[in-house]
Amino acid sequence: MAKVAMTVNGRKVSKECEDRTLLVHFLRDTLSLTGTHVGCDTSQCGACVVHMDGKAVKSCSMLAAQAAGSDILTIEGLAANGELHPVQAAFKANHGLQCGFCTPGMVMTAVDMINRYGAKLDEQTVRENLEGNICRCTGYHNIVKAILAAAEEMGAAGRQAAE
Amino acid sequence: MYATSYHRASSVADAVKLQSASDEAKYVSGGMTLIPTMKQRLAAPSDLVDLRHVAEMKGISVNGSRVRIGAATTHYEVSSSAELKAACPAISHLAAHIGDPHVRHMGTIGGSIANNDPAADYPSAMLALGATIITNTREISAGDFFTGLFETALEEGEIVVAVTFDAPAKAGYSKFPNPASRYAMAGVFVTKAGDGSVRVAVTGAGSNGVFRHAGLEAALAANWSADAAAGVDIDATDLLSDLHGSAEYRANLVKVMAKRAVAAA
Repeated sequence: MAKVAMTVNGRKVSKECEDRTLLVHFLRDTLSLTGTHVGCDTSQCGACVVHMDGKAVKSCSMLAAQAAGSDILTIEGLAANGELHPVQAAFKANHGLQCGFCTPGMVMTAVDMINRYGAKLDEQTVRENLEGNICRCTGYHNIVKAILAAAEEMGAAGRQAAE
Repeated sequence: MYATSYHRASSVADAVKLQSASDEAKYVSGGMTLIPTMKQRLAAPSDLVDLRHVAEMKGISVNGSRVRIGAATTHYEVSSSAELKAACPAISHLAAHIGDPHVRHMGTIGGSIANNDPAADYPSAMLALGATIITNTREISAGDFFTGLFETALEEGEIVVAVTFDAPAKAGYSKFPNPASRYAMAGVFVTKAGDGSVRVAVTGAGSNGVFRHAGLEAALAANWSADAAAGVDIDATDLLSDLHGSAEYRANLVKVMAKRAVAAA
């Protein structure tokens, strides 16, 4: 057992856990942030994606101890002041979810790719960047539409803010 | 996962000290192979020594044609480095197509080559670029480094610190990813040096891991073209046969990937 300290959704946390504790279990079981899902347990499905220091990572494939000292953002940290994040809103508007199980990972992956590509995202790039996220309802088409819509809106918002 | 003890190394010397304190310690960098393997209980190191925060193992430098990549540099960092893209775009392209974005944010070049997965991408690049693998104790040429399936010349406790190579005049990489795992079923890295010498390395297809292909090298040295690669007979004898494809199928993939790699170079 060791004390693991990190920042999660802007809040400093410090909790005892076994060294072998995966980050996803630390988030779900220790911090009760159950929005991050365990889908496959074999590192393939991406339902567990969170951001570590601003980059999308699979929280099922790293120890909480490896994330110690870092800044973690989960799906619970996206909405601000009761307003859905533009990516969440776009998933809702474009029916980008069916059963919803993969959605937290899809949304965190979408935010990550929009952070990297901005408004210049195109469909091909979105599909390539969804390589690590599996939707077993196979609803990819509307997920791609939602991400493109969000990228456009966030790009427009970014341009307005810059003007 | 079996119980393990986690240690974070602050320097290469610190990492060696932490590793040597236990008989069954393992280094972990991005952990994109090791952690999933531990989850399956196929590996059970008593201790993990984390190299991800060792500053002297990070970063990319390009001096003229000389390239140095720190072992703890992630695939994402390799793929997005502007100076590397200018010096050797083939390795940027390779790094940009490993696994998925999440894996590329964590996985490192040092971890990939130290693991020497027979279907990993980087070993072919190291071999075709004639890279030198720098460890905490010595320098090893790529040709001597990769010794078999998941086998390398690394001694117990030895750490890959960086890799260096001279950016070639031309280089290209093409792989045929397994549709499910995205690991290479065949990947071919081709280089042509300033003096005209050619190296061709093949990953994913060899039954003993990454290897150089003399026939493709000779044909491309004589005539650097996709057509020249197309004319080479690829012997299936030492190629891998498994549920994903027969040796003969992989032999054809090697030829097609070689053609595409030359066309992309």
